[in-house]
Amino acid sequence: MTVTYEEALQSYEPLFGLETHVELGTTTKMFCGCLTAFGAEPNTHVCPICLGLPGSLPVVNRRSIEFAIRIGLALNCSIASWCRFARKNYFYPDMPKNFQISQYDEPLCTDGYLDVLVGGSTIRVGIERVHLEEDTGKSLHVGGATGRIQGAEYSLVDYNRAGIPLVEIVTKPVPGTGYLAPEVAKAYVTELRDVLRTLGVSDVRMEEGSMRCDVNTSLSVLGSGVWGTRTETKNVNSLRSVERAVRSEIERQAFVLDSGGRIIQETRHFHEDTGVTTSGRSKEEAQDYRYFPEPDLVPVAPDPAWVTEIGKTLPELPSARRARLIESWSLSELEFEALRNAGALDAVEATVAAGASPADARKWWLGELARKANDAGVDVSELPITPAQVARVAELVESGALNDKLARQVIDGVLDGEGTPDEVVAERGLAVVSDDSALLAAIDEAIAANAEVADKIRNGKVAAAGALVGAVMKTTGGKADAPRVRELILERLA
Amino acid sequence: MDDLTTMTAAELAAAVAAGSVSAAEVTQAHLDRITAVDGAVRAFLHVNGEDALAQARAVDRKRAAGEPLGALAGVPVAVKDLFTTIGSPATCGSKILEGWYPPYESTITGRLREAGAILIGKTNMDEFAMGSSTENSGYGPSHNPWDLDRVPGGSSGGSAAAVAAYEAPLALGTDTGGSIRQPAAVCGIVGAKPTYGGSSRYGVVAFASSLDTPGPFGRTVLDAALLHEAMSGHDPMDSTSIDAPVPPVVAAARHGDVAGLRIGVVTDLSGEGYQPGVMSRFTEAIEVLESLGAKVTELSCPHFKYALPAYYLIAPSECSSNLARFDGMRYGLRTGTGSAEEIMAETRAAGFGAEVKRRIMLGTYALSSGYYDAYYGKAQQVRTLIIQDFEAAFGQVDVLVSPVTPTTAFRIGERADDPMAMYLADLCTIPSNLAGNAAISVPCGLADEDGLPVGLQVMAPPLADDRLYRVGAAVEAAFTTRWGHPLLTEAKGLIRS
Repeated sequence: MTVTYEEALQSYEPLFGLETHVELGTTTKMFCGCLTAFGAEPNTHVCPICLGLPGSLPVVNRRSIEFAIRIGLALNCSIASWCRFARKNYFYPDMPKNFQISQYDEPLCTDGYLDVLVGGSTIRVGIERVHLEEDTGKSLHVGGATGRIQGAEYSLVDYNRAGIPLVEIVTKPVPGTGYLAPEVAKAYVTELRDVLRTLGVSDVRMEEGSMRCDVNTSLSVLGSGVWGTRTETKNVNSLRSVERAVRSEIERQAFVLDSGGRIIQETRHFHEDTGVTTSGRSKEEAQDYRYFPEPDLVPVAPDPAWVTEIGKTLPELPSARRARLIESWSLSELEFEALRNAGALDAVEATVAAGASPADARKWWLGELARKANDAGVDVSELPITPAQVARVAELVESGALNDKLARQVIDGVLDGEGTPDEVVAERGLAVVSDDSALLAAIDEAIAANAEVADKIRNGKVAAAGALVGAVMKTTGGKADAPRVRELILERLA
Repeated sequence: MDDLTTMTAAELAAAVAAGSVSAAEVTQAHLDRITAVDGAVRAFLHVNGEDALAQARAVDRKRAAGEPLGALAGVPVAVKDLFTTIGSPATCGSKILEGWYPPYESTITGRLREAGAILIGKTNMDEFAMGSSTENSGYGPSHNPWDLDRVPGGSSGGSAAAVAAYEAPLALGTDTGGSIRQPAAVCGIVGAKPTYGGSSRYGVVAFASSLDTPGPFGRTVLDAALLHEAMSGHDPMDSTSIDAPVPPVVAAARHGDVAGLRIGVVTDLSGEGYQPGVMSRFTEAIEVLESLGAKVTELSCPHFKYALPAYYLIAPSECSSNLARFDGMRYGLRTGTGSAEEIMAETRAAGFGAEVKRRIMLGTYALSSGYYDAYYGKAQQVRTLIIQDFEAAFGQVDVLVSPVTPTTAFRIGERADDPMAMYLADLCTIPSNLAGNAAISVPCGLADEDGLPVGLQVMAPPLADDRLYRVGAAVEAAFTTRWGHPLLTEAKGLIRS
């Protein structure tokens, strides 16, 4: 027995919130000079400080504070003029000190928002707080069936990740999205990822774990105005999973409630393979983290002038860019979303900057190139063709030197590594035959071979010219400029 | 020539610099002294031996090469066993760290090496600096050179005993609630707690981070000042380190002078529970200061009576978190089999002593959800009130004085089963830890009833550490003249040949 998503929405209103952890792209760790680079040999980027050896002390990386302030400003938050770090105490082997340096009741950034675009309309997601903390090490549990610590024969710990600066970005609960809740959740994470990428503060790679989401979900009986117990779903580590996790949790909670059960406050784990959540730790077993101000660090008091300075260096944010491109390219919001969802915004903008018209740029990137990327299983931005090269192809088509068919061959050539568009045109001999005398011979040949068609045209049935154009294109190997061929045929048979 | 081990650090440094004695000879003399007496004193957990001689020979080579020598060149320094030093273990007096060799050097011992000091060994202490007698050491107690049946105080009791027993002219300690001043007082030597943030905590294994303050021991005020100056100064590796010039403590120690100095007697630090002999010597010290031209007034710091309870919430809270890392996963003791959780629990059960466990539990409780405001939060408010008491007092006087500890050295075992009695040893010293200001213990005579040493505590505002040495040197000079010899020469536990 299950409840479908549609059934669930007939009885309940969903409420969700997100906690997103993002590894900051600082060169060194948060409290020591070790490198943050991903993928090094285990336990090579470590020192007495990030290993929490007895006697070692943390010193805050100024850059991590700057990055967190950039994020706070981009999310329209207030930046605290004075705040402290706190210790979050719990025992786990991948925590070198058995406490995590985090922020508790004095976060660096508070009370902001992020506007996201879903289905052509803008939804404002409130930001509760943005705070800084250190990452833990990474455990590898060997020998068990689940990869979890339970049942494992032994565990290995890599402390390279320990001490990498993280920000945690916590939304306020997002009400009123109804049926769209899973989509809004996904759109929020997507927009947040774009903002962070634009800010240059993180590589935001969900697959490498540099951006990780926890999703809180609860239901309210429609019209009751009373919010139910919320659950926190962890391990939601792709954009698609964000959407699926919210959706699956809505369905699960609706089923529990419909069956007369109650939702317990608990942590749940999302499983990428099955798309469902399973129960983790319940509130009853919840840890008391015994937060208290970190006595090894002095309070952080960012100079307001410094904050202002950081604010001045913020790049154009995705929302501002969206408004600008919609305006200057005359797009609808849905058209814009299509471009963004295809991951082609940067490419299209660069192609326009290189001289192509917005329409041509969109046409190539969303059409031919999106298909090629899809075939190759990569993002369009990863295709081995530059926006300038695409602009050149568009220019060649515009000038009549290429037609669409030839242009696609030129693109194939560029993607195959044969050189620039001009080099491919030259190498493959793909230029449109624009010499009328060369075309006329082929036209006469086509007229002679298709006397009946020619007669129809002579009698005014101009539409029949298409067949002759096709014949000419065939004999010229597609290199002729079709509109010109048509003109010449009509002149010839006038 | 005098026995090298009875010379002061100032004299040894001068002699080594002048070439009248080699650093190797100085070091060997102290190693021999350790061999002779430490079986009875048990000040050391680890003696550097060959390594100390190698350090000394390096100093001698530098001198031979005509290179400039540091302020402490050739002077042996005993190091409390919670400083990390490369090449020797750091047990912190705990079985849980038995056999751990730190892979890095503390800022302070690094600076002492730069200054040419010879790190001669690691000294005994109450486990993780929790205690006032060294009886909480996982390796057995140290003994007071004045009376080997008595404690040398604590937690830095090993360091104090080593200096008092002439095993080293100088020693490093740490003072979280009185752990330098109280052992200095009961061993009849000089010990100072610098301003919090004036001496780096990097490489000093933490007990209570907001209180821990490394500081010096010496047999004279000038010796303590020499070590104080050499170890101090801003350290970028410690966020709580103060970026300010080191107070001119050596200059102050050379010019003891209290004429016109305003001295406040803290009336709250006296009365019930204070041994009569301690109060007599304290009163005498005040008379000496007055006779030297100081303007002495009495004043009250009304919140000091809450200092001890506040301390016993704040220090255990911080320690419960600081000591969480000792879990058998990465270094030190590991016992038990089974899950990581079971190994952690068994290791901690086996590795920590009773007092450490008591404080971890106190702190864990005080920080728990629902209790935080009533305990840790309230204690922090008390701390603010104590800081305000000091500020008000220092608005009227230049330094404050009190006894260091209510009694002289107690017998080993006497308070072992009574934690509250033990905690009272730190009654007078704790306020300066909570406020982060500077304080010193200077010998001021022997209690009539037991013939054991008594210390005078002088407290100064943050970063006014030089005032401690100015007052200390004046008191020391006046008393030495009155007694006709340094107090320590009367120590009966170890008759010097």
